[in-house]
Amino acid sequence: MLQVLTIFIPMLAAILVPFFYKIMKNIHTGWFVLAVPVTLAIIYSTYIAKVMEGDVFSATLPWIPSLDIVFVSYLDGLSLLFSLLITGIGSLVVLYSIFYLDKQKEKLHNFYVYLLLFMSAMLGVVQSDHLITLYFFWELTSISSFLLIGYWYTRDASRFGALKSMMITVGGGLMMLGSFILLSIMGNTYSIRELIGMMPDLAQHPFFTWALILLLLGAFTKSAQFPFYIWLPDAMEAPTPVSAYLHSATMVKAGIYLVARFTPIFAISELWIWLVTGIGIVTLFWGSFFAVKQTDLKGILAFSTVSQLGLIMSLLGASAVAIHSQNAPEAIKYAAFAAIFHLINHATFKGSLFMIAGIIDHETGTRDIRKLGGLMSMMPLSFTIAAIGSFSMAGLPPFNGFLSKEMFLTAMLALRNFDFFGFDTWGTLFPIVAWLASIFTFVYSFYFVFKTFAGHYKPEQLPRKPHEAPIGMLIAPMLLALFVIVIFFIPNVIGDMFVKPAVQAIQPFLYDTPAAVDIHVAAWHGLTPELLMTIGIVLIGVLLFVSLPKWQSIYQHFPQTFTLNNAYDKFMVGLDVGLNRLSRRYMIGSMRHYLLYMLGSIAIIVIASLIFKDAFTVSFDDVAPIHPYHIILIIVLVIATIMTMLVKSRLAAIIGLGAVGYTVALFFVIFNAPDLALTQLVIETISVALFLLVFYHLPEIKRKSATAPFKIGRILISVAVGCMVTLVALSAHSQKLVPSIAKYYEETVHDLAGGGNIVNVILVDYRGFDTLFEITVLSIAGMAILAMIKLRMGKKEGQHENK
Amino acid sequence: MKTNDVIIQFTAKIVFFIIFFFSIHIFMAGHYTPGGGFVGGLLTSSAIVLLVLAYDLNTVRTVLPINYIHLIATGLLLALGTAAFPMFIGKPFFTHFFDYFTLPLIGKTSLHTAMLFDAGVYLVVVGVTMTIIQRIGEDD
Repeated sequence: MLQVLTIFIPMLAAILVPFFYKIMKNIHTGWFVLAVPVTLAIIYSTYIAKVMEGDVFSATLPWIPSLDIVFVSYLDGLSLLFSLLITGIGSLVVLYSIFYLDKQKEKLHNFYVYLLLFMSAMLGVVQSDHLITLYFFWELTSISSFLLIGYWYTRDASRFGALKSMMITVGGGLMMLGSFILLSIMGNTYSIRELIGMMPDLAQHPFFTWALILLLLGAFTKSAQFPFYIWLPDAMEAPTPVSAYLHSATMVKAGIYLVARFTPIFAISELWIWLVTGIGIVTLFWGSFFAVKQTDLKGILAFSTVSQLGLIMSLLGASAVAIHSQNAPEAIKYAAFAAIFHLINHATFKGSLFMIAGIIDHETGTRDIRKLGGLMSMMPLSFTIAAIGSFSMAGLPPFNGFLSKEMFLTAMLALRNFDFFGFDTWGTLFPIVAWLASIFTFVYSFYFVFKTFAGHYKPEQLPRKPHEAPIGMLIAPMLLALFVIVIFFIPNVIGDMFVKPAVQAIQPFLYDTPAAVDIHVAAWHGLTPELLMTIGIVLIGVLLFVSLPKWQSIYQHFPQTFTLNNAYDKFMVGLDVGLNRLSRRYMIGSMRHYLLYMLGSIAIIVIASLIFKDAFTVSFDDVAPIHPYHIILIIVLVIATIMTMLVKSRLAAIIGLGAVGYTVALFFVIFNAPDLALTQLVIETISVALFLLVFYHLPEIKRKSATAPFKIGRILISVAVGCMVTLVALSAHSQKLVPSIAKYYEETVHDLAGGGNIVNVILVDYRGFDTLFEITVLSIAGMAILAMIKLRMGKKEGQHENK
Repeated sequence: MKTNDVIIQFTAKIVFFIIFFFSIHIFMAGHYTPGGGFVGGLLTSSAIVLLVLAYDLNTVRTVLPINYIHLIATGLLLALGTAAFPMFIGKPFFTHFFDYFTLPLIGKTSLHTAMLFDAGVYLVVVGVTMTIIQRIGEDD
């Protein structure tokens, strides 16, 4: 249980943040916050040694036991790695933010509350073994990320970016919830571990494909895969610590985590392999290609993140191939290892690059790469860090990106030899696209670092005079850059500590313990095809970078209309406008139309169910004989009704109504209902009198107000309603399921109720309850009339609905 | 211009009492023969309306100084009280009691708590009808 509570530590700390902010104004709130991720990082690092040996730690905290919903903290290689990334990078980001965000100008309490909330949510996502709590934390990351992107909420672009990311990630999250529900129905459990245990059976289930697609939609939207990546570049409006933390190291990797976590369940499916690998490789190319177009430093990094996430995703897809082990090539084993290894590397170099972008923004006042240049001599430390990060991103030795890129190429080359699911023919595309994308990765890495730090210094274009950042701001990126280099020299230590336990979690069908993962990373592994490809990348990349001014303008010719952003905007606006138009088309504010909708639908529903349920029957067995005066009365009634409908003046219509009412009273007389006849006569008289009272205040009837088609519609619907009522009445009369209880009243009215008039005894005794409330209704009507006439609010307010 | 409607005023004075007593009869007889609180109430109001038609609202108000809103409230309370009373002596809501008594003057009579409830209905109906007619009549 203590292990579960650890997840909530940041959330609890978030409650205290505003107190620290208000009470201790002299100290930057970030210093208090810093203690949280550091403590957590220390706590989680104590698990490393055990997890390396293949141990897993699990603890539960019941939430809704009756529905089998619990908070679970499940620490295996994969979740421990993510937990360490979250807390480790989190510590560095908090440290960086202390120097980045101004104590006086910024609302720090908001910032750190959101950030801590996010940290809890993210830890919950990676440690939850329970589908529902996983979804709970997943949406919490979306919400806290929304708050963080909109941190400077006075800027339009921030709000736009926050909304866009919210729409896309929450939309994907809902898809994922659908998948989770299907999974829980399929396996009759919420536990991911138990679902993995029943993996081959699940694949036979009819819901399997749906669960797969919905889950991938969730993962792809969160991890900014093609075509859902469009929210990520707009999320760059967030403060840079947020971009570094959420949009490079943690949240965007939640989708990666999800795919990795569910690989043991879905890997068996051909669709999974094609979708994950295919979308991943497309995203990789797309992101790297468009990164060169960007002029904003953070824009380049955003597209670069998209691209690198695509790389990891495609590797995860390739790792699923390994489950078909008899047809899978040996080298495909590298895929899972490379994915996790690159995930760590990407977190280190991309985190540092974002921080550098923030420093440049902070020191020069702009992030526009066209205005920057020649900062190398002024900001040597930043330049060094940026160069290390960029070279690692480009995949050059001696940086960690080189190692993971080599393994990536190995895995992609191996895919070609996989003689299954059509990979032997189409598989060749994968290494080619990967190679092309790597070239563009190389170009934008160089573009990022050299356009900023080399070239001409343009002081006239910079809002501020640049100088080196304060050392506090540089500590975090320096540490990350240090990791970039250190990992290159000790890849196997990192591999044993972090990567192998995670790989074992992704491929439990392949390895029983982390030690069984038989992969050894070496910086030099002979003259292999992947090394030749890397040499090619460097050569062509340098060529392209040098000739960049000549060809960068091709991006300008790319038509704006066909971009995904444009599609998103059009979709949102179209949705807004279209739905508005739609509701305006039928919500036209006319009572007559609404009545038509209601009566029409009732008639259609009732008549259709009469027909389809075969409920319509007519029997004349139980019918009383018809007397001549019945017929006469009916003729009078029909004539009066038709007169009421057709007459041109109101007075005639009122008289027609009165005639109808008195005829009905006569019917009551004929059918032996003296009480009803009495009441009907008096009430009819009073209501006709009331009609006549208001008659003088009413305008003439305007028969020509409606259009002809509308009139035909009205006729049709009134005929339909009439038919409906007739049919229902006939059918109801012809089939009585239970006998009437009238007999009981007849027998007991004298002995039990002490009365003789059954109608009145029912009204005041048997069912007096109804009468009690009917007189209440009457009283309310009286009061309402009194209030309406007496308390008239004046005619200036005369905006009646139907005028 | 005030017309001389002495015939109608004279007739109204007499007919008022006829209708009124008829309405009381209808109300009282309701438990055994057609009638009851509702129709009785309506007939009483129509008797008052007849007065209103023959004279005018203010005259009727001075003759019958009744606040009809209070009448509604009294009627509702009476009805609710009759219905709720049995609960205090451990019987279900809306239990009625009746028995036969020999009263002076009238002789053997059946008395029934349902009549109290019906009286509530009667008062409410008179109150509501008269409120509506009075209000609409006063409004211009």
